[in-house]
Amino acid sequence: MALAWIWTGMVVVSVVFGLATGRMELVGKAALEGAGAAVNLALSICGVTCLWTGVMEIMRRSGVAAGLKAFFMPLLSVLFPGSRHNRAAMEAVSANVSANLLGLGNAATPLGIKAASEMAKQSRGGVATDDLCMLVVLNTASIQLIPATVAALRAAAGAARPFDILPAVWITSLASVTAGILAARLLARLWRR
Amino acid sequence: MTALGTLVVPVLIGTVAAYALGRRVDVFAALTDGAAEGLRVIMKILPALIALLTGIYMLRASGALDALVSLCTPVLSLLGIPPETASLIFIRPISGSGALAVGSEIINKYGPDSLVGRTAAVMLGSTETTFYIIAVYFGAAGIRKTRYAIPAALCADLTGFIIASLTARLLL
Repeated sequence: MALAWIWTGMVVVSVVFGLATGRMELVGKAALEGAGAAVNLALSICGVTCLWTGVMEIMRRSGVAAGLKAFFMPLLSVLFPGSRHNRAAMEAVSANVSANLLGLGNAATPLGIKAASEMAKQSRGGVATDDLCMLVVLNTASIQLIPATVAALRAAAGAARPFDILPAVWITSLASVTAGILAARLLARLWRR
Repeated sequence: MTALGTLVVPVLIGTVAAYALGRRVDVFAALTDGAAEGLRVIMKILPALIALLTGIYMLRASGALDALVSLCTPVLSLLGIPPETASLIFIRPISGSGALAVGSEIINKYGPDSLVGRTAAVMLGSTETTFYIIAVYFGAAGIRKTRYAIPAALCADLTGFIIASLTARLLL
């Protein structure tokens, strides 16, 4: 339901502001543009998504995913206690974490989505489990080892050393991931289903 | 560094394929089966994407986002966040391409080696498009009740913005 409130809030606020600032025409146009942009976005990520879910399937059938899972299991069983025995979910999460660490953002998302679909098989009535919430929080605060896009932006703007932001980015990512995990653990106690 | 990034993908795919074939896995069938699953995933997340982007585009066009930015500027300086980065902070969780555009505007306007430019770069590099991730993950998983996922994720984002302002000042 949270998404229902947020979405309705966005639309209502837009209409109110559009009326107040006399930009109603622009708002109407933007609504149509946004819907179209979503289809474009879906098409533009479709190929990459299918490629990585395909590679994930090769890794699963060849045992590479099981190896990754074994490597990350000590960490993952602490973060995802409810899915510890869900083999498909744990393999997908391991691949998702690996892709995040390698800085392969467009591989991490399809692998994370696969993990989410596998975890959702354990949930009932469309209610997010604690593990699903943790997976989302980890990915929204993902640790990026090499922020290539931002470095390229800085280089284009004429930065002396485009990559000298790396230590700051690492410390910041680590802090925000930690805050996310702590917040998720704390809220899990308050937010009983 | 960018060269490393471009090398990782082909080497990774090649190594996985060769290893799997060595273990007598039908690599091609596995790839196409997996890709078919990816297609179903895209179909599942498309409705959520349409809803999200329609809302975001409307919000941006109405000028509500700009009003929110000017409203929150005093709170941000209280948290040690440079007010010049306010527009980035509000666009970052909802739109990846929007954040990249706003971020590059800030970096170019204030200079890549200025405090504001560095802070914006660290913010961009250490956070994610939170609402996109939430919509796409929960959309694909068929979850309607997201419980505490959104507040917890926003808590991580806020921490990121505050720490980015701190590390940009102290480390660079």
